Amino acid sequence: MYYSRLKLASVMGVCLLGLLLCLPNGMRKPFPSVPWRQIHLGLDLRGGSYLLMQVDLKSLTHDRLQTLSETMRDALLKNNLGYQNITVDAERAEITFLPRTPSETQADIAALADLPRAVPNEFSISPRDGGAIALTLAPESIRVRAREAVTQSIEIVRRRIDGTGAVDPEITRQGDDRIVVELPGISDPDRIKALLGTTAKMTFQLVDSNPLHTTYPPPGVSLLPMANPADGAPLAVFDHVDVDGSDLTNAGAAIDQQTGEWAVSFSFDSIGTHAFAGVTQANVGKRFAIVLDNKVIEAPVIRTPITGGNGQITGGFDAQRATDLALMLRAGALPAPLSVVEQRTIGPSLGADSIRAGIISLAAGFVLVVVFMVLFYGRFGWYADAALLANLVLMVAILSLFEATLTLPGMAGMLLTLGMAVDANILINERIREEVARGRTPLAAMQAGFERATSTIVDSNATALLAHVMLFVFGTGPVRGFALTITIGIVTTLFTTLLLSRMLMARWYALTRPASLPV
Amino acid sequence: MLGRPLLRFVRKDTHINFMRGRFMGLITSAVLSVGSLILFFHPGLTLGLDFRGGIVVEAKTPGPADFAKLRTALAAHGIRHASFQAFGSPDDVLIRLDTGEGQDTQAVVDQVRHTVADALPGTTILRADAVGASVSAELFRNGMLALGLSLAMILAYIWIRFEWEFALSAVITLVLDLTKTMGFLVLTGFEFDLVMVAAILTILGYSTNDKVVVYDRVRENLRKYRTMPLIDLLNLSINETLNRTLGTSSTVFLAALPLALWGGATLSGFAWTMLFGIVVGTSSSIFIAAPLLLFMGEGRLKRGAKPAKTGSAPASQG
Repeated sequence: MYYSRLKLASVMGVCLLGLLLCLPNGMRKPFPSVPWRQIHLGLDLRGGSYLLMQVDLKSLTHDRLQTLSETMRDALLKNNLGYQNITVDAERAEITFLPRTPSETQADIAALADLPRAVPNEFSISPRDGGAIALTLAPESIRVRAREAVTQSIEIVRRRIDGTGAVDPEITRQGDDRIVVELPGISDPDRIKALLGTTAKMTFQLVDSNPLHTTYPPPGVSLLPMANPADGAPLAVFDHVDVDGSDLTNAGAAIDQQTGEWAVSFSFDSIGTHAFAGVTQANVGKRFAIVLDNKVIEAPVIRTPITGGNGQITGGFDAQRATDLALMLRAGALPAPLSVVEQRTIGPSLGADSIRAGIISLAAGFVLVVVFMVLFYGRFGWYADAALLANLVLMVAILSLFEATLTLPGMAGMLLTLGMAVDANILINERIREEVARGRTPLAAMQAGFERATSTIVDSNATALLAHVMLFVFGTGPVRGFALTITIGIVTTLFTTLLLSRMLMARWYALTRPASLPV
Repeated sequence: MLGRPLLRFVRKDTHINFMRGRFMGLITSAVLSVGSLILFFHPGLTLGLDFRGGIVVEAKTPGPADFAKLRTALAAHGIRHASFQAFGSPDDVLIRLDTGEGQDTQAVVDQVRHTVADALPGTTILRADAVGASVSAELFRNGMLALGLSLAMILAYIWIRFEWEFALSAVITLVLDLTKTMGFLVLTGFEFDLVMVAAILTILGYSTNDKVVVYDRVRENLRKYRTMPLIDLLNLSINETLNRTLGTSSTVFLAALPLALWGGATLSGFAWTMLFGIVVGTSSSIFIAAPLLLFMGEGRLKRGAKPAKTGSAPASQG
């Protein structure tokens, strides 16, 4: 029942510190050097878009298998071994081929055994029924590749989104192969979705001028469709990439001086400039295709060697398309396509309505609980209410300190915490009442009340804590906000009820030494 | 001002024989739970977007929403089977659409958004959500995992802190509470989504809390009254904690009530379910958990294991 001055001061100190930490939510930063942490409003309160994007594993697998199949061919040829029917199956993550004769099976496997692997045990090679040999990618290596792709993509996604001028975008990884993009204030995410849905892999490849090859392309030549179908039939393009988009240093949208059309102008770094000059010098008079994501944007004829390292693409763009393409070229290509698997957009008016509904409910619930406690518990009810107020302050303080995101379910969580928080006070007060009824003195009754109620309070809060930690671990989005506020709320509740309201009661007793308790 | 309490629920010498109603309580509970289970399988829960996948677009149209026009406009873009629903005011329209396997949910939602805005100029899109099938399956699995693990951890915690009879009767009671909540969701048609899982977990947490308080008193009385028949001891414990039980359920109820009334479309289903759960959880502590403990614990529960600490003041108290 005795509280030392130090303990008294520290409990009060924590409450004051809490109050101080709440300040940033209501006022501007006074000096630039003060740490100013505040609660963020969730998208459901602020309005905005939430996009969950997934890296296309199949395309990653396919790309890797494609590269492997080429090194495989080289390794077999180097050992004078033949092969037939090489097939790449991204679905099953394997490459299969038939040996020239069954007798070469063992030699083939031996020749492929020491192909370079990107990660240990990346793939395994084994004979199949029917005489085929299969190279199978290990699921773990695909996961590793996905993780790397996500890491690279996050950087590129950030650059692309920053280029659009979006305010406070949040880009985070989720699991092995997903990226969460949160865009406050953007309730029409179409443009961003289009920007992120394009890998923007730009390459410069020579066009095969042999007219027969547009119907039967030989190995090393592919038929690529035109980006704009109006430009005609698919073009036969050599697979060899002469220069690619990663060698660009800058790109911008501009209006072409001669035609008055929108165009994207770009400049190469020294490697790109050198390569571009070399190709254009050697191939004057031939067509050079500018390929974006395996579609030909245009294929102009090289009239003179281009040695300055600058170029321009005109593909019948409008202003928006030219700006976005330039932005994507500056930001770099994504390692694999990203597809949206979940999107949620909330308009600003709905968010404002939700804030209003949340605040009204929070205020009304708080008042109802405060009045209830006073009516049912008198003076000790007031102390419980003081602790309740401190509880609210501390919850807001901790959320600010973590710079947590407040969602509408999060506000509900705060309200329910307040409803549950007084349970501890009710337990203590009811216990004191019982002890008084048994004829104990005020001091003995209060001591017994505090002591007995403590283990009950801890037990009942611990079970609630377990349930909400589970929810936090397995929940997503706003629901996590709910679990977080309740979890924080349980901790602040233990502090305010076991220390603060108890201390208030003890101080009152020590100062007045009443003959009977107001219970 | 208001130094002394003005109100209280029951007088301190209350002795209600709750255990006399134990069979009635269990039978009523069993009937309600079986009924709820039947409802759960037929017609079943209304799954929300989180768990079902598909599209929900909420729009505010200038003037009362013209459903026929919207339907025609969407059908012109090959979007059929959309359901329209007015909610709140007549100019608020909710469009729902299930997207089947192989359909590009994300492309369809953009189409719906644009079509609605074009068909009724001046429309504002309040909300547009699209959840793909793989994500919804994953969200559902995670939701169920959170529920299952919470129950398991509650069981383990009570087992450690009390004896197994307490833990088992608490978890059986929680499962009965849970089934009734499912029945409530089917009857009201509230959507079962992640927010609802949060509500159910909160109910479970609250309900456990309530049982722990009664059990705590039972344990204390078991040490104190070594010879009292268990049935009387349970009655005594329930009566002693009755003011607290009613007090805490009232404060939680009062806190959740404004959410149900003014919390808006997102939270009102959540809050009504909470209110239902508070009533069920409170009554089940008395009428279900205690009788179960009686049947399981009769002659088994340890008594007087430790000397009862009667009210004598402890020597020192921080």
